[in-house]
Amino acid sequence: MFVSLNWLKNYVDIDSLSSEELAEKITKTGIEVDGIEYIAEKSRGVVVGYVETCDQHPNADKLNICQVDVGEEQLQIICGAPNVRQGQKVVVAKPGAVLPKNFKIKKVKLRGVESNGMICSLQELGIEEKYVPKDIAEGIFVFPDDVTVGEDVEPLLNLNDAVLEFDLTPNRSDALSMLGVAYETAAILGQDVKLPEETVHSAAEKAADYVSVSVKDPDLNPYYGAFIARDITIKPAPLWMRNALIAAGIRPINNVVDITNYVLLEYGQPLHAFDYDQFGSEQIVTRRAGQHENMTTLDGEERTLSNENLVITNGKEPVALAGVMGGLNTEVTDDTTTVLLEAAYFAPSTVRTSVNDTGLRSDSSTRFEKGVDPNRVEKAGWRACHLLETYAGATILAGPVSFDALDRSEKTVEMETDEINKRLGTAVTADDVVSILNKLQFSFEQDKDTFVVHVPTRRGDIAIFEDMLEEVARIYGYDQLPFTLPEGASQAGGLTGKQQLKREVKQYLQSAGLMETITYSLTDEAMIDKLISPELKEKRPTPVQLAMPMSEDHKYLRLSILPELLKTLAHNRARTQSDIHYYELGSVFVTNGEPITRQPDEKLRLAGALTGLWISHPWQQEKKPVDFYLVKGIVEGLFDYLDIPAAFEQVELPDMHPGRCATISINDRTVGFLGQLHPAFEKSMDLKETYVFDMNLEAVLDDYTNTTGYRPIPKYPSIARDIAFIVDEDIKAGAIQEAIAEAGDPLVKNVQIFDVYKGEHLPEGKKSIAYSLFYQDPDKTLKDDEVEQSYQQIVSTINEKFNAYVRS
Amino acid sequence: MKEQLETIRQEATARIKEAENLKELQDIKVTYLGKKGSLTSVLRGMGKLSKEERPVVGEIANKVREAITNEIDEKTETLEKKALEEKLRNEAIDVTLPGRPVQVGGPHLLTGIIEEIEDLFIGMGYEVREGPEVETDYFNFEALNLPKGHPARDMHDTFYITNNLLLRTHTSPVQARTMQQYGGMQPVKMICPGKVYRRDTDDATHSHQFTQIEGLYVDANVRMSDLKGTLNTFAKSMFGEDREIRLRPSFFPFTEPSVEMDISCKVCKGDGCSVCKHSGWIEILGGGMVHPNVLEMAGYDSEKYTGFAFGMGPERIAMLKYGIDDIRHFYTNDKRFLTQYHHAKGGAL
Ligand SMILES: [Zn+2]
Repeated sequence: MFVSLNWLKNYVDIDSLSSEELAEKITKTGIEVDGIEYIAEKSRGVVVGYVETCDQHPNADKLNICQVDVGEEQLQIICGAPNVRQGQKVVVAKPGAVLPKNFKIKKVKLRGVESNGMICSLQELGIEEKYVPKDIAEGIFVFPDDVTVGEDVEPLLNLNDAVLEFDLTPNRSDALSMLGVAYETAAILGQDVKLPEETVHSAAEKAADYVSVSVKDPDLNPYYGAFIARDITIKPAPLWMRNALIAAGIRPINNVVDITNYVLLEYGQPLHAFDYDQFGSEQIVTRRAGQHENMTTLDGEERTLSNENLVITNGKEPVALAGVMGGLNTEVTDDTTTVLLEAAYFAPSTVRTSVNDTGLRSDSSTRFEKGVDPNRVEKAGWRACHLLETYAGATILAGPVSFDALDRSEKTVEMETDEINKRLGTAVTADDVVSILNKLQFSFEQDKDTFVVHVPTRRGDIAIFEDMLEEVARIYGYDQLPFTLPEGASQAGGLTGKQQLKREVKQYLQSAGLMETITYSLTDEAMIDKLISPELKEKRPTPVQLAMPMSEDHKYLRLSILPELLKTLAHNRARTQSDIHYYELGSVFVTNGEPITRQPDEKLRLAGALTGLWISHPWQQEKKPVDFYLVKGIVEGLFDYLDIPAAFEQVELPDMHPGRCATISINDRTVGFLGQLHPAFEKSMDLKETYVFDMNLEAVLDDYTNTTGYRPIPKYPSIARDIAFIVDEDIKAGAIQEAIAEAGDPLVKNVQIFDVYKGEHLPEGKKSIAYSLFYQDPDKTLKDDEVEQSYQQIVSTINEKFNAYVRS
Repeated sequence: MKEQLETIRQEATARIKEAENLKELQDIKVTYLGKKGSLTSVLRGMGKLSKEERPVVGEIANKVREAITNEIDEKTETLEKKALEEKLRNEAIDVTLPGRPVQVGGPHLLTGIIEEIEDLFIGMGYEVREGPEVETDYFNFEALNLPKGHPARDMHDTFYITNNLLLRTHTSPVQARTMQQYGGMQPVKMICPGKVYRRDTDDATHSHQFTQIEGLYVDANVRMSDLKGTLNTFAKSMFGEDREIRLRPSFFPFTEPSVEMDISCKVCKGDGCSVCKHSGWIEILGGGMVHPNVLEMAGYDSEKYTGFAFGMGPERIAMLKYGIDDIRHFYTNDKRFLTQYHHAKGGAL
């Protein structure tokens, strides 16, 4: 909503404040003023001039030499505007004048003839092109005759106006009208509101002789008033009205259209003017549209309607889509002489539906959708009639003809001073409340500290005590509220165990050198089924798809964090950031079957993606690229940190390197995977060698048991023995390690691999793996023969199981 | 023999003095004091001496041995010191060459901001609650006093999955869920951070995915002044003791009265500058007193219980705090952006 301060001055006295001060007060009281626009930059030395003569320039076809009376003197001005004529009153910038953008007017010679000033268009005075009436868009502005030659044009053209831009919250539709703004301003400043003139000298002739009104669905259309205005002359609206519309952001058209627009903005009540002679009948019937009924709206579009839409008909066919747009045939034109003026109340729901169906949103529909003031519908009609009578020469017939089932009653809200103070933490008195209600111009009954407030219908947002509480608080001033802290019983706050653990997991990964990322949860069709962890894929999840995605890139809820994470790697690589070590913790969305009827399971997963160099120290020729064992080490470290045993097993997964990929399991349950991306997949994503991991963090954390006990530090020394086995190449080191630990239990406390060797001195197809075994007995010092016995046990077990022999 | 001993001593002293390294010194030691050394051979001739002379010469010989030993020890120490100095000199390196880089990870900037806010409210006795990102229409809208067809639903451009399922447009459903879980029986004191989604085209100031953090306090006799005091405490500890807050009336369907909170601009101290769009104030969060309909729907008696709620956007806070000009940076994850916020805590807006 644009609020012209010059317009607002008609209703409330704001002269004591600057526009900035007023904006600040309005903002603090509840309507955010987004900005202050000045209609035009200051101009100097621009006055009304009278074109005494206008003759063609001898040396230029398109120029005219004008002798212009500007009051104190007569100026010869060359003018190139196509619409300049002798006898016009025009805008003259005299020599020495300064126009917006610091354009200085000087005496010049044009094609050999002296020109002492400039006759201006509205654009040259700083008014935006889109507000300039179409017929003078290419030419100069011409005043009506009643202005005085030599007068300063600034007030005449409202160039000194300031316009406040309101950012209205949906509840404050009352401020979608200048009168509503006037009440708000008056409440803030403690002023009265001066209401506009609505009187009409009605003719004896009755509107009812011209038209009848019939409403088929009073729920959707509880009031319909039809006014008849005869003997109309279509011409430009008065200058002040055109100025006001331009300030409000509406282009002036002609007196009838401008008057309906002016009243729309003034009262917040949309009106519609039909050309009575084109109406096609003498009856107005409003009804729900039929299914698939067609009508052509004012914009020339053919619309197909449904029975949720309300239409205004002439008894035969629709002439308007109620509250949204009129029909093409009944539009007011230059030839219109009799106007049928509609002032109606349409239910917000039907207008909303019609707007959504047609995509036509207008100043009118916006107001109907929010609900107009029932007590202002008919008044707005009379106000428009008053203006038609004054500025269009109209004769207003006795009326209106109306259908009326409109509820105009005021809501009442009870409140007590004690309850107000209890809720706000204030100490307001009954007198304070009286003063606040008076400022708001709400009527009320008072019994000591108890009030019954009659809420005016213009404030449709107020229905319950809490609504009134806000009114009291905001007029009292939010800045007057004290600062207190809640007095309820205090309780210890904190994170749950799992929340704490989540933070620790992040901390571990960060200290391991990974950077946290947050990527989009919505991904595209090509990526939705990529890199889904095997235990999840097994469940055959259905991708959750948006009903109406904004773009193909963000269409499905992710089933894996990795695809979007890998996109960020590609983004970085494209910007020569090739060493990336990222992780992300977030939800994936799992559901089964279609159609989707329940909320998907949101599984917390942890994923990482690493590429490029891990260590790079160029001058020492040290370069260590990210590899499988780095990523595995980070993952193993996490499980060590959480004290959860994890197992890794070779696996082949789509889009993963067939020889460098493993599942991650805890307690024989797969919870994720890790490995290198398949080179073909890497290439398709514009990536170089990249390693990833992904796991169901929720399952991992569920497995975590908080160790509250204590593991004693061993008192007796440990004994280390090394052993190397020669085995077939395809035997996994991890399997042997596991078997050693099992065979050596309980004395072997730890098994570590310290060498893996293939090549010289070994038979073809064989490899050697060396392990360090650490023996320990918690209760005594181990004897050599005990260790030896266990050692032999291990050797024979491994030999049996893996056909392995000890390398000497 | 005395003369002989004296000569040995003088000779040895001279050679020790001249010795340039430990090897030479070792040779000298062997030459004079060794089993086949000159001093030893002199002493071997002692048998030829008279009974009276023997102890005298013996004493002299011992003194000579002692003197030579001492001189050798002294010289050894000197030479060792010299050798060490030499070694250290050779070990000198160019300390201006760069060290080996350490891989440093860190939290995402938004995590830093969210955890800072979490910790602040945990300190005030709040618990942290989480909720689903795919919500039902009921919890996202209806339970928050936004029935179907409510014009304020326009404020939320929603990603629907089905008629009933949607991506939550705010974290407020967690409030409704928590209250419902507590069943109207006990006070609620919680904050809920999380991801939310709106149908916006991504540009410098809009993102279809962003984060929110909300707070809710429900108890008997919670006052609007408590909201003001709580937000003031929050603002001062988050942004600095010298910052002022200002509440303005606003509108949210789930609160009544509703507020918008501004904090005084740090840059201009309230005089107006480009950061605060010349108002002296910067909008930080919205909130208000929990609407009685919301309390009642969750099973709380709105005659007995009142409460306040507030919500803010970590992206906005981060953008103001660090002067970040494009919201997309949070989700593009450019390394040059992320690494600027290794420890995104502390500091003032
Ligand atoms: Zn500032």
